[in-house]
Amino acid sequence: MIQQISPIPTGMIETQTIEVSIGPQHPSTHGVFRMDAVLDGETVVGLKPVMGYLHRNHEQLAERMTWLASIPYTDRLDYFNSMTNNWALCLSVEKLAGIKVPERAEYIRVIVSELTRILNHSCVIGFMLQDLGAWGTPLLYAFREREKILDLFESLSGARMMCNYMRFGGVRVDMTDAMVAQAKDIVAKFPRFLDEFEQLLSNNEVLLARCQKVGILPKELAINASISGPMARASGVDYDIRKVDKYGVYGRFDFRVPLGEVGDVYDRYYIRVLEMRESIKILNQALRDLPAGAFVAPEVKLRNFKIPPGDGYGRVEAPKGELGFYLVSDEGGKMPYRYHCRPPSFINLTTLEDMCLGHKVADVVIILGSVDIVLGEVDR
Amino acid sequence: MIEQLRETIAQAVPGVTLEIIQSTPAAQQPALLVDRDHAFATAKFLKENQQLDFCSCVTGVDYPKLGQIEVVYHLYSVAKKTGPVVLKVRAPRELEQCRVPSLTPLWRGCEFQEREAYDLFGVKFDGHPDLRRILMWDEFTDHPMRKDYVPPKDYEWEPTPHDDTLTRAVEVAGIIPPSAREELEKAKKK
Repeated sequence: MIQQISPIPTGMIETQTIEVSIGPQHPSTHGVFRMDAVLDGETVVGLKPVMGYLHRNHEQLAERMTWLASIPYTDRLDYFNSMTNNWALCLSVEKLAGIKVPERAEYIRVIVSELTRILNHSCVIGFMLQDLGAWGTPLLYAFREREKILDLFESLSGARMMCNYMRFGGVRVDMTDAMVAQAKDIVAKFPRFLDEFEQLLSNNEVLLARCQKVGILPKELAINASISGPMARASGVDYDIRKVDKYGVYGRFDFRVPLGEVGDVYDRYYIRVLEMRESIKILNQALRDLPAGAFVAPEVKLRNFKIPPGDGYGRVEAPKGELGFYLVSDEGGKMPYRYHCRPPSFINLTTLEDMCLGHKVADVVIILGSVDIVLGEVDR
Repeated sequence: MIEQLRETIAQAVPGVTLEIIQSTPAAQQPALLVDRDHAFATAKFLKENQQLDFCSCVTGVDYPKLGQIEVVYHLYSVAKKTGPVVLKVRAPRELEQCRVPSLTPLWRGCEFQEREAYDLFGVKFDGHPDLRRILMWDEFTDHPMRKDYVPPKDYEWEPTPHDDTLTRAVEVAGIIPPSAREELEKAKKK
């Protein structure tokens, strides 16, 4: 585990850097993930992420089954946000096949996705605080709220986490009036929880001391290294796919894209709080305007579903960043010839070393926590 | 629009051969197929003159019928909020010749994704700073996303010091039928 690297002469005494393996079984790595850290005393001078412990070749599995059959598999990518994963695949397939989604289905998709975003962000903050040493309390506060959203998802799709809810051309089941009322209730009560959460955390002295000026990611590097999602926006990159692509009906809603200034861990924490507030705004508008009508395009035949030959790339703004699917269809068109998933948390790890250099080992844990990774998605 | 871009690149990068590959009719994402020798120069031109500063997605596609492996880059512009421009590079399937220039010096975001393409497809990226396997383990010898990859029957088989003892025990006791013994020997050879 510990290995001598090279002596560093310091004049009086000789010190050496040591290589320490952090993980793969460690609570702060959020799953089976390992970091090869080179330490000089307690300072990090090198760090290489090692992944693949959960690799199951999701892409090859999907290439051996029909287009429809891989929707449940996308649930298992980022198991916190099955709704946005479903949407990313459905959006890509709809793009390739040229399917038009009915209005009501688009609104339901926005509602469930924004609820997912709230759920993800509140839990991420909980986990981040857990990494800082606030064992349990913030996480359980977040989980209490998450439970209410999961109850809604359960009545909607039959499953709490592995929702398998969306279909090409719409959604699987309609949202009843009772469920809409339930969603409205969640949305009405959520800002109060957020205020309470912020009151505990945002100006907390320990949080400020541990998070500010730690793990700074410069804006230029964030763009160059393909960082996406809240992490890029915390560094000041004004790029939100909901605004840029305006997929679904996102062009109709009035919301802002919060941006960070410094790009440190604190900005990455606070950007998530602000994004939750924007999601509440979107939810209020979507629940107000939810139109009546079909919830799935009637012309789409899911049995014997085929896509004309060719390729295409579709992407959505998942809570963790840009989730995209690059799909290639060949002559038969029943199964994907090539199915590639562009996972946000995998690519957001590219700059982990740059952010950690020069910081202490204890800071590595919180920097990794602020990247927000899920290993089901990193390893696929 | 893609025709226009093709003309611009042809003027800026002398000697480049560009071919337009259409996507599905509905997707409307035509791609530019660039020859291997001019891929880096083309990408550099796209980054510096077309402000395509965000390399979103890098992946490989195996085409055994063509005898080629294709590497696909999806480029976006954060500054202009446009995209995607799809860049494709093809290389022969044979492992020794399966080489394309790495675009990691231009976009850091390609680093892990090119490592993944190397791992799963066996494409070697010339100029990549740290080309190692990323998802499969280091001792793994094959490239599982190739279309002709045959998965082993026993995924978890690893050589152990007891293999010979086991084979001998099987021979002496004769418990395992001959078909299973064949497999055991095959696995041993691997």
